[in-house]
This record gives sequence, C-alpha cells and structure tokens, in this order.
Amino acid sequence: MSNVPDNLRYRDSHEWIDPMQDPAPVGITDHAQAELTDVVFVDPPKLGTQVSAGQQVCVIESVKAASDIYAPVSGEIVTINEALSSDPGLLNRDPYLGGWIFKIKTSNAAQADALMNAEAYRKHIG
Amino acid sequence: MSDTTPLRRTPLHAVHVEMGARMVPFAGWDMPVQYTGIVEEHKAVRQSVGVFDISHMGQFIVSGKGAEAFLNRVLTNNITKLQPGQGQYTLLLNSKGGVIDDLIAYRTSEREFFLVVNASRIDADWAHIESQLTKDDDVMMANASDFTAGLAIQGPKAREVAAKIFGNSDSFPEHNTILVTMTENGPMWLCGTGYTGEDGFEFFMPAESAEAWFRKIVDAVKAEGGVPCGLGARDTLRLEMGYPLNGNDLSEDRSPLQAGLGFFVDLNKDNFTGRDALVAQKNAGLPDKLVAFRMTGAAPPPRPHYPVAHANQIIGEVCSGTQSPSLGAGIGMTYVPLSAAGIGTTLEIEIRGRRFPAEVVKKPFYRKPSV
Repeated sequence: MSNVPDNLRYRDSHEWIDPMQDPAPVGITDHAQAELTDVVFVDPPKLGTQVSAGQQVCVIESVKAASDIYAPVSGEIVTINEALSSDPGLLNRDPYLGGWIFKIKTSNAAQADALMNAEAYRKHIG
Repeated sequence: MSDTTPLRRTPLHAVHVEMGARMVPFAGWDMPVQYTGIVEEHKAVRQSVGVFDISHMGQFIVSGKGAEAFLNRVLTNNITKLQPGQGQYTLLLNSKGGVIDDLIAYRTSEREFFLVVNASRIDADWAHIESQLTKDDDVMMANASDFTAGLAIQGPKAREVAAKIFGNSDSFPEHNTILVTMTENGPMWLCGTGYTGEDGFEFFMPAESAEAWFRKIVDAVKAEGGVPCGLGARDTLRLEMGYPLNGNDLSEDRSPLQAGLGFFVDLNKDNFTGRDALVAQKNAGLPDKLVAFRMTGAAPPPRPHYPVAHANQIIGEVCSGTQSPSLGAGIGMTYVPLSAAGIGTTLEIEIRGRRFPAEVVKKPFYRKPSV
C-alpha cells in the first residue's frame, strides 16, 4: 500500500501539493515514485516562471522514460529543491519530505481546494 | 505497430502478471518491462543472476545436404567454420548490404542449423531467406518460432542455476556452443549465448514445457540471490556492453561495416548476399560509423531520436540511449561522420531544446571489475 498523507492535496497525474505552506511545496506521490522506479534525473522548472494550473513545468527521468510534471495550481515558481540535482533518488526514498521538487507562490488559493483530498486520491489509485 | 493489431503473448504471459510484472508492448508482443525495477534487476544480473523471458524471439531450423552452402550464401559470417555444437553471431543482409537482421547460427549436426532471430524480424527474415532458395538447393526450412519458448539465464551465478535445475554440472553450454536434448514434448536447445555481457545461457524449449521450467528457474535464481528480469534491464545490460539492437542501431539502410560489425562479415568467403555492396563501400570509404558516447556532466539520460550535434551542427540522432545503472551516467550510440568518430571527440545531445555535452568513448561502456 502506498503512503497518502492526509494533509496534502493531489492531482490525478500524481503530483502532491501542501497548501498549508506558503510558498507551497510540490512533489510526486509515493504511488508515482513506485511506478516510475529509479529516478535518475530531475530537469527542474525555471526559477521565477509564472505557471498556470495544469501546465507542464518540469520533467522527471527514470531509467526507462521521461515523465512530465504538471503544476497543481497557478503561481510563481519561487524555490527549486537543489538537493535533487545531486541525489535524484530522494524522490524514491522520501517523496513527501526530502523529495519535494519546487515551491510555488500560489496566486489563486481556491485552486488547491479543487484538487483531490487524500481519500479521493486513494480511490483514484485504487 | 498499428493499434488494431492485437499484441501477441508468450506462454509465460499469465505467470509474469501473477509475479507482478509490468507489461508493455515490444515488437508486437506484450512483454514484461520490469518486475520490481530496472536498476535492481540490472544489478542482480551483474552481481548474481537473472532470468528473462525471450519466447518472443524466433527460431528457424535449416537442414539438408545443401544447408551449409545455402546459409553461407545468405549470411555474412563463415558458417563452414562451425563444427557440430558450435555457434556464431552473423548477419542477414539485403542486396544493398543493409542489415535485415542480426542473429546467432548454430550447427546442431553436420547437416542441420538452428538460427535464433529477433522477434520483430521473424517474418521478414523468413521471407528473405526463403526467397533465396533455388530449386537446386537440397535444403529444408522449418519455422519453430510459434511453438518454441525461450528463457535467458544470465549472470555470474548462471552455472549454479543450471546445475540446480538440471541436477548436474555437465548441462552448461560453454560460450557459443549448443546442446540439444530430446524431451517427450519436443527438442530443447541450450545455447551458450546472451545479451548482457555476463556468463550465462539461453534455453529454448517446447512452449508447453515453458511454465514449469520458468517456475523452477525463478526459484533457483532467487536461491542464488537473483530475480526475474524484464526487457528494461535487458536493454540497459546490452547497451552497457555496446551490443546493437536491431531497429535502433541496425537498419536496412546501413551496412554492418558502418555498425562496426566487420568482424562478423567474411569478405574472403564465396559470394554472399550484400557482399558486392560491402566491397564497394569499403573501397569508397564509410560515410559514417556507429560510435559509443557517454554524457560528460549532469544531464538527462539520452534517448533514441534525440538530435546529436558536433561543432554546432546537427549531424544525426541517438540510436540507443539510456542511463547506465553500472556507471551512473547517460550512455548511447549514434552514427557520425568519420571526422567525428575518434575516441574523445566532443558531441552534444539535444534534450528538450537544450544541448548537453557528451564524449565519444570506447566500447564496451562497462567492464567487469577484475577479481
């Protein structure tokens, strides 16, 4: 069973966001990291970019494939997790804490409420 | 692959699903890409042992008084050098010298040969070989692909697995040799070959025997600290050795000389299909050459079809590319003009619009640490 923390919000494409923090960290779920296995490279978003909810913002590479990561909400990318450049495996080992990918300064707080809560996401990954 | 063509299933399909494999389409087949993870499976093969389902591969039996002469006319390597029980890597070319397939040919007896061909090329190979038969050839051809399953057991512990499953240590085929055994369901072929750079063997058997053998082998592999492996690890393992994959690194538009496989082409033997084109190409000089490259800094893994640049000009595209689990770096192969083929030449791989530096390196990428 993969871990789905109750305090986060989720996109159907398996990103999580912590809306209680400002700026809000974004990462991929435990389920997503288990499906990808062996993340070998994170191509981070550009610092300072304005993105809209659902926009493709960066790419995660596993041995087999490159996967697009989408912004869960609209806003500005204000921080990048530099630790991932030397240790992309953090995404596999610690997807919810050390493995956050970027932080976003939300321009529309209501967008996070529209995302799935933990219960809905658990159903989504069945 | 057209979306409307149903994917074919090997006799082990249900067992893969039961064992938790993730299935993906490959060469028209629904195959396991991984069980637990590509890197774990890759490392198991380098350090202990792994077992792969290779039932999608094709097997032809060519026999008769004229079989040797016929195959020597159709294939690039010199088949007359094979004693019964021996095999060789060889190529099937079109008349322009382009590669239709790369395969292993074994001599199973004085007048019988066993060919193992790529899954994606079974029909093309069969048609091409058959089209070269004349009424003067005393040759019989049989396509055993549909009723033959295959397992590859690869890794430093492969001999232990063979001893355990066969109950003796004599049933391990040495490198490039073949052992044939008759069973009540049909023949079994044990071949001393692989696609990983490790010790091991490929085991072809009647489809109805496959599941029992697979379960027995998986148990023996696990007892040696190994795991069942998918095509993902098969690809990273073969690329670390610089082995070409037909469709990625070999094509009907390029010759084996361009692919660096001249060692398996005997231009001194009697005429064979594609020979004239190869001689002409050799005399004129190769237009390009397949080289190995390694990413020199932090970079996303290179993948097939990414553009390749040299001296600020796009000169080609990545043929095979991946992240090497053994080296922790991106590796790949690409065709470049001879001027950019020297070891140490700087290339750039274009990934999502950005260029990342790479360097032409010697094959294989990976060498076993000496003990």
